[in-house]
Order: sequence, then C-alpha cells, then structure tokens
Amino acid sequence: MAMLEVNDINVYYGSIHAIKGVSFEVNEGEIISLIGANGAGKTTILQTVSNLLHSKTGNIKFLDEEIHHLPAHKLVPMGLAQVPEGRRVFSQMSVEENLELGAFTRPKANIKEDMEEIFERFPRLKERRRQLAGTLSGGEQQMLAMGRAMMSKPKLLMLDEPSMGLAPLLVEEIFDIIKSLNERGTTILLVEQNAQMALSIADRGYVLETGKIITSADAKTLLNDDVVRKAYLGG
Amino acid sequence: MEFLFNLISGISLGSIYAIIALGYTMVYGIAKMLNFAHGDVIMVGAYICFFATARYGLNPLLGVLLSMVVCTVLGIVIERLAYKPLRQAPALAVLITAIGMSYFLQNAAQLLWTSSPKVFPSVVKGSVKLFDGALSVSFVTIVTILVCVIIMVALVLFVNKTRIGKSMRAVSEDKGAAQLMGINVNSTISLTFAIGSALAAIAGVLLCSAYPTLVPTTGAMPGIKAFTAAVFGGIGSIPGALIGGILLGIIEIFAKAYISTQLSDAIVFAVLIVVLLVKPTGLLGKKVSEKV
Repeated sequence: MAMLEVNDINVYYGSIHAIKGVSFEVNEGEIISLIGANGAGKTTILQTVSNLLHSKTGNIKFLDEEIHHLPAHKLVPMGLAQVPEGRRVFSQMSVEENLELGAFTRPKANIKEDMEEIFERFPRLKERRRQLAGTLSGGEQQMLAMGRAMMSKPKLLMLDEPSMGLAPLLVEEIFDIIKSLNERGTTILLVEQNAQMALSIADRGYVLETGKIITSADAKTLLNDDVVRKAYLGG
Repeated sequence: MEFLFNLISGISLGSIYAIIALGYTMVYGIAKMLNFAHGDVIMVGAYICFFATARYGLNPLLGVLLSMVVCTVLGIVIERLAYKPLRQAPALAVLITAIGMSYFLQNAAQLLWTSSPKVFPSVVKGSVKLFDGALSVSFVTIVTILVCVIIMVALVLFVNKTRIGKSMRAVSEDKGAAQLMGINVNSTISLTFAIGSALAAIAGVLLCSAYPTLVPTTGAMPGIKAFTAAVFGGIGSIPGALIGGILLGIIEIFAKAYISTQLSDAIVFAVLIVVLLVKPTGLLGKKVSEKV
C-alpha cells in the first residue's frame, strides 16, 4: 500500500513554474530517494508535501487521506515529519528544548523516555543536552534535527539533504542512522544531491531535473543507469 | 531625599513603560511587526476600568480584570482583522496598517467617550511616609513597581519553562521549522497579542492611576516611549524591555527634575539615539548570526 501518494503537483514561485506535474509514491517500509541537481526542485517538493508550500493542481494523500488542504501543523500528529534543509534547529534553545519541541504534539507522559532513546542513538547530543543548539557543530546539528523529528514518532520521515556540508565520515554515520531507523519501521523519503550515497541505501529512486521527474526505477538499476551515472554519479 | 524621591518616581514610571514595552517586544519577536496600535489599547483599557469603577461602582480589582478581558479580546480581534490578512505582505504595508489602526482606535474612543478629559480615580489610594515624613511615596508608585516585577518574573518563567512558552520561542526563531514541529503559528501569534494586550490594560490602569487625566490620546505618547524603551533594551528581548523601560523612566524623571521639563522628552530620545549609535541592536539585543 502506498503510504504517501503525490499526484500531479504543480508549484509556482510567483510566475516561475518550479514543479511541473510531479507524481510519485512511497510505500510503507521503503526508503525512497529523490535525487537531482541543485535547483531541480527537491526541497520544493518536500515543502509542498509538508504544506509549507502549496500546489495549484493535483493532490497529496498520506495513509489514504487527502492532506494538501490541511494546515502544515496538523500533519505532524498524523505521523509525517520532516528534517528540513539546513537543519533549522532552534539555535537559541537548548538541545533538550529542541527535542521537547519535536514532541510538541504528543502527550507529555513518555517524552523523557523517548528523549533518552534519542540520546542512546546520538550520545554526543547527550553530552551537550543543556547547550544551545546554535553552538553545536554542523554534524551535531544534523543529528539534533533528526532526533527532533524522531521525537514526533513519525510513520514517514522526510529528510532534506542530510549530508549537506558534512565531512564524508559524518555523512556515512548519518546514512547508517537513516538505514537503522528504517529497519526499525520508519518509512523514509530522502532528498539528496549526493546521489551515490542516497541510492546506495534506497529501495527505489526518482531522478528530478528542472522540476520534472525524468526517470524512476529500483535504486540498483539507477546506480547502473548510464544517463544517471553521467549526470549525477560522476561518470 | 529629593534624589531618592525622583529615583523612585523614575523607576515607577519606567515600570509602566516596561509593561507596555513587553507588548511591543513580544509581538515583534513573534510576528516580526511593530504594532503601533498597542499604545491605544492602553487607552481603551483605562477607559474600561474608568467606567467600571467610577460609573458603575465596581470594585477596582474587578475593574482591572474586566479591562484586561476586554483588551485581550480587542488585541486578538485587531490581529485577526487587520494584521493576519497581511501575513505575506511587505513589512511597510503592515506598519501603515498598524498606524491606521492606532488612529482608528483613537477616533473610535473620541466618538464613543468624547474628547473631554475624564478624571481617573486611582485604583490604589494613599501614601506611605518614610524617614520621619521626609519622603512620601504614594501606594500607586509602590504597587506599580511590584506589579512590574511580578509580571516580569511570571513572563520569563512562562516563556522559558512551559510548553506553550517554548513553542512561542520556536515560532519567534523560525516559523517554518515550528510548523514542522506541529506548532500552530496562527494561534501562537494570537496568544502573543492576547498577552500583550492584557498587559496593556494593566499598564493603562497604572498609568492613569499615577497621571489621572484620561483622554482618547492618552495612550499615544506612552506608547511611543515604550516602543523607544523596547528598542533601547533590544527589541525582541523580554529582560531588555524591563531594563529599557526603567532606564527610560529614570532618565525622563531626572531630566524633568534637574534639567528642563520642556526638554525632557527631547533628552530621552537623544539618549536613545546615542545608544543606538553605539549599540544598534539595543542594550540586550542579540545579533543573530546563522551557521550554514
């Protein structure tokens, strides 16, 4: 069953037609990678799914319910979370406060336990639990942003360029974490410029170019596809 | 002794500015707009309390509560009707709307309650004599300072310790990311206006208890000065509003006492200009630098 169905969305920035009739789906339990160059519209698509931006046409369904007319904040309790591009942690608030806000829509009772679970996964965040998020390194901020999203107990986690600006070793660590989240039952929609990395952990992939999906296939097939290799995997 | 008296009066006047400045600074922090109608909400609050107590003989405390309720509703309605439709509009459009709202409130008050001054009955009467009667401080002065301290402590605790307070800080820092946490940005903004307006009502009652002439433009000048205080302390900062307000009150009273009554406002604004030249973000203002 498709957990997320995106049907024929068209998004405009003023007169600029940024997303042109994009459709895709994410099935329960999958890792889906949406790859494409800078400016292809990857972030725009995620923002549209999260209802921070709106499509002029088509519809978006999450767990068989139409969600594109709902206000953005109503999606989180349904089980849809996003780790936004550039992490966007609340820099003037502590690590703990950031995690608490991740659980904003949930009853207060289990928050402490869940936070400990996040700290187990990201021990470095535990060391810095009282520090302001703005003082963390880029990698730590990425971990915090992911931990914060996990605090809402999402069914589908959307990640926007988690590798951006991180050292290769850290990128690997982050991708390992994404994989283990998936193994523990969270469906993943991953948007990446780092196509090699993104496809290596994904089940299926979609390739986006100037606002259109130009091809989609199994991740393995895409990794061996000549066009994709030339354009996104450095030959 | 005169110095001490002036200092206490300054702190008391400054406390009123600080309570008003909180409304400016919180709304600016959350909605990123300058609500220039805020000063006129003070005036509405004072009128409501005046009619409740002087006309209908209500207990002063109930009068204050009533005027807080009315101002809270007024603040929410103003935001919904005038500012919310402009959420995506350029800042200038919102600013002009706020100034328009300010004039609207003043004129509506003139229409409803005429422009003839009302003599506001102080909600706290009497005074206390210190140092064998050498220093006489009215209870209003003391109550004003106490109320200001209580409000500050309560607000700082609310913003830092409660779930809703934290969500307000999140909205103030990044609206988009806050929505991704499931925070309703619209209701957070409404809540901010509600709190600011309730505080405006308290400020209005305290202001008119100390300076008992009530006219439809009563809120205008204190509003501007409190805005100055907010900028002085660093707009967006709650402790900044307190420090800015109290300093402004002290400077104003000292300028009146020792330099010139006519020039006191000019001196106040001159100090503001100097502070902003040296520290453009205000005394406690933070320069937020982004990590990419």
